[in-house]
Amino acid sequence: MKPNRVFTVAVVVALPLATASCSSDSSGSDKSTLTVLAASSLTEAFTTLETQYESDHPDIDVVFSFDSSATLAEQVTQGAPADVLATADEDTMKTVTDAGDAAGTPQIFTTNTMVIVTPPDNPAGVTDVSDLANSSVKLSLCDETAPCGSAAKELLTLDHVNATPVSFEPDVKSVLTKVTLGEVDAGIVYASDAHTAGHDVSTVQITNADQVVNSYPIAVLKDAPQPAAAQDWVDLVRSSAGQKVLANDGFGAP
Amino acid sequence: MRLLAPAALGLAFLALPLIGLLVRAPWATLGDRLQDPSVVQSLRLSLVTASTATIASLLVGVPLAWVLARTSFLGRSFLRAFITLPLVLPPVVGGVALFLSLGREGYAGKVIDDWFGITLPFTTAAVVLAQTFVAMPFVVISVEGALRATDSRYDEAAATLGASRWRTFTRVTVPLSLPGIAAGAVLGWARALGEFGATIMFAGNFPGKTQTMPLKVFLALQTDPDAAIVLSLVLLAVSITVLAALRERWLTGAGV
Repeated sequence: MKPNRVFTVAVVVALPLATASCSSDSSGSDKSTLTVLAASSLTEAFTTLETQYESDHPDIDVVFSFDSSATLAEQVTQGAPADVLATADEDTMKTVTDAGDAAGTPQIFTTNTMVIVTPPDNPAGVTDVSDLANSSVKLSLCDETAPCGSAAKELLTLDHVNATPVSFEPDVKSVLTKVTLGEVDAGIVYASDAHTAGHDVSTVQITNADQVVNSYPIAVLKDAPQPAAAQDWVDLVRSSAGQKVLANDGFGAP
Repeated sequence: MRLLAPAALGLAFLALPLIGLLVRAPWATLGDRLQDPSVVQSLRLSLVTASTATIASLLVGVPLAWVLARTSFLGRSFLRAFITLPLVLPPVVGGVALFLSLGREGYAGKVIDDWFGITLPFTTAAVVLAQTFVAMPFVVISVEGALRATDSRYDEAAATLGASRWRTFTRVTVPLSLPGIAAGAVLGWARALGEFGATIMFAGNFPGKTQTMPLKVFLALQTDPDAAIVLSLVLLAVSITVLAALRERWLTGAGV
């Protein structure tokens, strides 16, 4: 295995753990903390935006918790102290707005479509979504409890592909990890994840992918300790600068 | 009396989260939820894999504990520290390590794949491997403690009477340390039954094949927290029943 692949895997695995565990830290002594909960697929884009935000707000330290949208929504409804929530689908955000935990109406700030990723050498020779029906192709999908899982299922149904995966992963990063490790032949992930993985994966477009679009809502939370700073974060994400960073990472326009 | 107050505090600390589960449990729909055949399927898979992992841990863990307790060699304390490594390693990292070694692209897994055509990841065997990896240290550490506590002069007496090392081990050493072996097996089994991180990484999640109860609980939590609570309670009830029954049988049987 090439070292850069090992490194990517280590980062993909470790980053959500590291960021989740340090969310209660405050690195600066006199800085206030802005806590942003975001779907795993936003890890790279939001981390890039953090630099810009913190140079505009020198008194604020942005800390992230990247996790599956459902886990984050559950944390919010259970009262986790946070300022901003960005989920990978509207249904999950709805559980938060239904519980009355969001301030105002969530705004759609970006979109994401699904692609097939394979290890760089594409060992099973996957060139089309129909190849996934082949039982010799080891396929990894998100579980239907995660937005990426229901989207993948919808797309496979739309394309009349009857595929049986070897594993239903809890989130999209786990699917990606298994592909970059070369342990499965193919996985269905968001275009943004394929983009982030770069040379560690090969990407295959899926027929009708434009029919199944995940919209990402973002909201300031009702009990946000820093409501003004939180709104600034939302504004930055929706600004042309923010949209450029998202587009660079493979996301689509809202 | 000075001991009872902290003991009560300890008990309360352990009991509080469990009471939380009981309070939030959807008792009204409990019966219906337990009818779900996928619950039985996951529970059966969990019991079978955890028991297999415990047996595997005993088969190699007891001899390993014997080496640590009864022999002396350079680097023994290093070896003991090494064996406890899976206890401190985050289970997800353990799962990645299993991939890098025994996976399809792993240095050993590649050979197994080429020579025997066996691919371990995403199989029930992978679940057992992941559970054994995290459970075996418990077995080794408890059995080593038990072996150290038994008098090695019994071993020596058997040896002077002409018993071979194997015969001494099976007829003298093991029976004398049976309570410790039983305790190690119980700890290992409990750890294997609750295993999540290494399993979902190395064995993946597929109903009936690799979806053990902890995986099912985690996924249910994403959409249906009530179902997750019911599943957790089922897992707790079954493990308490099994552990209580075994303790009765093994530990009293061994004269403790």
